[in-house]
Order: sequence, then structure tokens, then C-alpha cells
Amino acid sequence: MANLQYREAIRAAMVEEMDRDDRIFLIGEEVAEYNGAYKVSEGMLDRFGAKRVIDTPISENGFSGLGIGAALNGLRPIVEFMTFNFSFVAIDQLINNAAKIRYMSGGQFGVPIVFRGPNGAAGQLAATHNTSTESIYATIPGLKVLSPSNPDDAKGLLKSAIRDDDPIVFLESEVMYGMKGEVSDAEEYLIPIGKARVAREGSDVTIVAHGKSYWLALKTAEMLEKDGFEAEVIDPRTIRPFDIDTVVQSISKTNRCVIIDESNPFASISSEVAYQIQERAFDSLDAPVLRITAKDVPAPYAKNLMDFYMPQVKDAYDACRKVMYVD
Amino acid sequence: MAIPVEMPKMSDTMEEGVLVSWLVEEGATIAPGDILAQVETDKATMDLESYDDGVLLKKVVGEGDAVPIGSLIAILGKAGEDISDVLSRYSGGAAGDGQSGPTPKPAEQSTPQAEELRVVPSTDDGRIKSSPLARKLAKDHGLDLASIRGSGPEGRIIKRDVVAAAGSGAAMPAPAPAAAPATAPATSPAVQTPAAAPASVPQRLPAAAFGADQPDEVVRISQMRKAISRRLSESKFTSPHFYLTVDVDMTAAMAARGEINALGEKLGRTKVSYNDLVTKACAVALQSHPAVNSSYDENKGVIEYHRQAHVAVAVAIEDGLITPVIRNADAKGLDRIAAETRNLAERARAKQLQPDEYEGSTFTTSNLGMFGIAEFTAIINPPNACILAIGTIRKMPIVKNDKLAIGNVMTLTLSCDHRVVDGATGARFLDTVKSHLEQPATMLL
Repeated sequence: MANLQYREAIRAAMVEEMDRDDRIFLIGEEVAEYNGAYKVSEGMLDRFGAKRVIDTPISENGFSGLGIGAALNGLRPIVEFMTFNFSFVAIDQLINNAAKIRYMSGGQFGVPIVFRGPNGAAGQLAATHNTSTESIYATIPGLKVLSPSNPDDAKGLLKSAIRDDDPIVFLESEVMYGMKGEVSDAEEYLIPIGKARVAREGSDVTIVAHGKSYWLALKTAEMLEKDGFEAEVIDPRTIRPFDIDTVVQSISKTNRCVIIDESNPFASISSEVAYQIQERAFDSLDAPVLRITAKDVPAPYAKNLMDFYMPQVKDAYDACRKVMYVD
Repeated sequence: MAIPVEMPKMSDTMEEGVLVSWLVEEGATIAPGDILAQVETDKATMDLESYDDGVLLKKVVGEGDAVPIGSLIAILGKAGEDISDVLSRYSGGAAGDGQSGPTPKPAEQSTPQAEELRVVPSTDDGRIKSSPLARKLAKDHGLDLASIRGSGPEGRIIKRDVVAAAGSGAAMPAPAPAAAPATAPATSPAVQTPAAAPASVPQRLPAAAFGADQPDEVVRISQMRKAISRRLSESKFTSPHFYLTVDVDMTAAMAARGEINALGEKLGRTKVSYNDLVTKACAVALQSHPAVNSSYDENKGVIEYHRQAHVAVAVAIEDGLITPVIRNADAKGLDRIAAETRNLAERARAKQLQPDEYEGSTFTTSNLGMFGIAEFTAIINPPNACILAIGTIRKMPIVKNDKLAIGNVMTLTLSCDHRVVDGATGARFLDTVKSHLEQPATMLL
């Protein structure tokens, strides 16, 4: 095991895979000379050279399309967005080209590409730099969406993503890049796409939380433990395909579920998961599924408003007590 | 404009009411004075009258739901009128208003529908609310959801309710008779039979009979038991009670009653009971002992003295008791006291008493003589200062003029609120009552 930052774990995954397969290259803004806007790709230009670590102009639509074209022609690109907020100017490439070419070509062409970068809120970045994009991409058939919550999952899932023969949206987080954790240094450390992780076992309430909401879930569980309740925390890790089986199994034990999702609430991942739970676990539910999300407004700039906008531990704690009928 | 119909305050002590049954359907045209529904208060089941006219647009509260005073229970208006304004006004403002306060509640924000459901009760009359798991568990155990009381929001039946019902062996829909703590006046032989008889004997599983943890039977606390609990706890815990006991020789009273009833029978009057004699004796005595006929009001910081003697008589009714009032009992003849008491007791058992018939007493008596109880202590009925507990009349050896004789002894115990009645005050009152009963003619003075 190695103690790595989240950014280092991602770098380790890319480096290991690029060492193994020279069809893989990294392309994006500031990935090469500047060593990455968030230093994820630090040292990679020196290691792999300018042919495989490529700086681009501010032109997401262009370099996303370039990546897709390269993938169609046999390469395996990793496209970095400085933030997924900028993927919106390239969204036609992701949704209409990357996601649909396999289907539209009758399976003749695949697009083995990873779009990766930070997603969601990252503090006082205001309305246009704080969007959670997971439900936007997860709704599109043909895209797989991954959202690791910790360095170890980041490495294992990114390696699997790079080896996958279909387009992957790989969601990271600015505020997690510095987070340290034990990371497997096994040579073939691959975490299967579509498998959730039961991060904490409990019998009283199930909390489902992905990405950095996962850490909120752990804190909530600690608070509940002080009250004598054991929360089971599930980190889906993969948003699509979603591992509903693990969630249903947990709810069949706890009979209650709270979802923490820092997206805006309408048609979000939490909406989808709550739907699937009622479909699959209806007879196991003793209370409505509750969710904690960001407020249904664009992200504000002011610190006090931003704190109010984001899901808070107290909200999740209250929701858990509510579904357990303890208040 | 849509007109909200609220749960009215139907008695002084009422805090919430149970909507027992709707008597009109949605869409019906209502005129002022029409009876919309029956409401169970802590004291009685009463008619809910409409003060307005219009079409009944919506029944907001389902049958069997308990709602606090002032809650929205129905909406009147013109046919087809929009009632969302009224509904949202009573649901506590718009849900999901993120700017309404400094304390964030994102859980509510993100689930406005759920929030609204919780505030506005379901309109589906008679619908049983239960969690999916509770339904499945009930089915697995062969339990009827209708027989299980829900402890979740709005009476939702949840897992723990079904588990409790399953553990008890059988869910008990019918309220069972409480071990009668209640008292009844000896107005007639009919009163001597406890009012409540069990409709059915709960079936108990052998396993449950040995399990100390699982109740054999779970019954929701009725409005009446809640009121009894609240008022008597308040009385016993706030007024310092002390007790004075005296033996009364009822020989003369028995002779007088025999004479009165013989006369009354010819005139077609109601038979006078010993309890009626005590009511009269107390009422007359109250006039010369104002402290006993008073109320200690801590909130107002005053002691209220009452000129009139309104004597309440505790009546045992199904699942509780109620204290109808004989107003100005000192000024009423015994046959009238007898007739009023009997009438009030009968209507009390039928739960037909109106608030003005059981409110406003200044003194209360409680009689367990018909059960052979020699003596007991009673809890003061607020805001009274005292309550008199009446025992049975026993034939006992007594010493009369230094000779042993057979006496007819009735033991009276006066519970006094020491905040307003001191020992000597209570004792003097009790002595007056005793002399009225031992020399009944003094009551006529």
C-alpha cells in the first residue's frame, strides 16, 4: 500500500496504464507544460513526452472531438477537463458522438475514451463553476459515469476506465485532490465498474452517498452512533451502471434509506436511486426515502449562502432520525 | 372565497378532537346550522355545525383522525372553486421557501411534496396509512391493518406497530374496559352496574401470557382518558391534598328518606337516593363555609369565592368518568336534585352531555358506596377546593347515650386543597355536612 493524495492516485493510474499501453495519451488544457491545473499530471510530460501529454488551447469542443476521432482510429485518449463545468461547451461531442457511435454504427466502431476532471461544487466558485454533472451524463445511454470518493477507488476505477472499450465520464473533485489515503500498489489493481462498496455496516438506516458526499455520510453515521444507531453507508462509486442490488440488499436489512447527493435536486442521481429503491425494495421500506441535496438554485458566491446551498451533516442526521421515527 | 372549517373548541378543557364520522359528502350543499360531522372531545361526542353556507369542497380530515383545535378540517365554498390558498395557509406557509429563515432545512427543501403531505392530512376518508414494510409484515402475520394503531406520522402504521401487534398475539381493535377507577352516584340501582362491559374477551396466546415484555393488548388512549390523566395529575401534583374523615350516623336520614320517598311515590316524583341527600347537605353547608366553595387560581394570583353552590356528581361512564353539575343545589328540592342527577347520569353514559352541563362546578362528590366501599380518598376536581368521597352505609355497633346500639354508619372523606382550605376550615365544613345528614330537617331551614 502507498499513502497517496487523490491527485497522485489518479496520476499513478494514468502512468501505470500509459506505461503498459502506448496507445494511451493525455490531452487537455495545462496538462503538459504547467503540470496540470491541479497538478494531477505533474511530471507526465517529462515521462511520456509531448506526443502523449498534449496541451490544448481553450477549445473543449475541439479537443474532445479530436479525442473521439483518435479513439475511433485505434488510440485510447484520456481527455482532461479543467472542470466538468467546461465540458458543456463540448457536450455535443460527449452526448452525440462518444456515447452513440457504437450504437449508430451497429457495433462496428467503439470509442474507448476517458473524459476526466473535477466535478461539482468546490467552494466559492459561483454559479457557473459549481455544477454537478453526473445526472446530465448518466441519463445518456452509452456513457458510463464514475465518481470515486477516495484515492484508492480513484486509482482502481480509473485503471478500469482506461481499459474499458466504451466512453467513460470520470468525475473527480477539486476539494478532494489533496485528500490522502492508502492506495493499493498492486500492479493489476482494477476495481470493477458498476460495483458499490459497503463502506460501513449498520442495521438501522442505509445512507447512499457518492463522491465527496460520501464523507458527509460517514460523519452522519458517526453522529448517529453517538445516539446508539448504526448507519450502513454505501458508496456507489459508479453512477452508471448503478449497483442497485447492493442498495436493495442493505435496505432489506435497515428498512430505511437516506440519499446524500450534492447535485441540484430535480432529476438528479438521488431522484433516480429513490425511484429504483421504491421499485425494487418497496416491501422493505418502513419510511419514505429521504434525500439531502444542494438547493434548487444556481450555486451562490457568498460564503454564507454557499454553506446554506450545500448539503450539511446536520441535515443528513435529521433526515436519518426522521426515517427511523425517533424524533 | 373558500371558507375554512376549523376544529372548534367544544369544551373548556378540549385541546384536540377526533373526527368520529362525516355526516355529509363532498359536493353537498351546506346551510348554516347543518351538521357536518361528529366530533369526540375529551368529554363527549358532539355535533359539528356549519356556521356558513356553500358547497363542501373538501374533507381535509379523515374519520378517526385526531386534530388540535384550530386545525383545518374541511373547506366550504362555491363548486369548483380553487382551494389551494386555504390548504397552503393551513399547511404552515409555502414549503420549500429556501429564504424563509437562517436555519437551513435542505431535507424539507428537497422534498416539498412529502412535507406538504405531512402537514395537510389525507383526504381519503377511512384510508389506513401504513408503510410498505408494515403492510407486508401484517400480511405475513395474518394481521388486519385495520386492527393496528399506527405510531408514525399521521397515524402511519410502521414496522414497530406491526411487530408489537404480532407480539401481543392479537391486535385489539375494541377499547377494553378500564379497571373502573370511576365513581357513580347512587341515584338508582341502574347506576350500580358499571357502565362498561367488555364487548369481547381478548384472545390470548399462551406464549404471550408468559411474556412480560409484550403487552397482551394495546389500546390507544382515548380523548377522555387523556383528559382524566391531564386534569387529575395536574390536580394531585399542584394542589397539596389533605384528608379529613368523619363517620355519619345515617339512621335519621334513612327514616327521612323513607318518608320522602313514600310521599314522592304518591306524587309521582323521582326517588331520592342517599347520594341526593349528601348533595343537598353539601350544597347547604357550602353556603356557610365560603372557603370550601372557592377556587385557588395561581395564574391570576387570586382566590375566587363562589356565592352559588354548584355540586358536581362523579358518574362512571364507559372508559372513564364525568362530573355533571347540579346547579344551585342548595336552593333545589330533593326530588328535583334526584331527577336532575338521574337525567344527567343517563345522558352522561350516552355521551350526550353538553359542556354547560359538566362545567362550572364549585364542589364535587364521588360515591363508591354502591360497590361496598367503606371509605376512600378522591382527587380534587379542579378548579374546586374540595371533593367529598362517600362510602357505603354500614350497620355497625355504635355507642349511643353510653349504650351499645346498632348504628347505620356512612364514612365521608373530604379531600382539601391546602392552598385555600386549612384543616380547621375543612373540619368545620365536614361537621356541618354531618349535622345536616344526622338531622335532615336542618337542611330545610
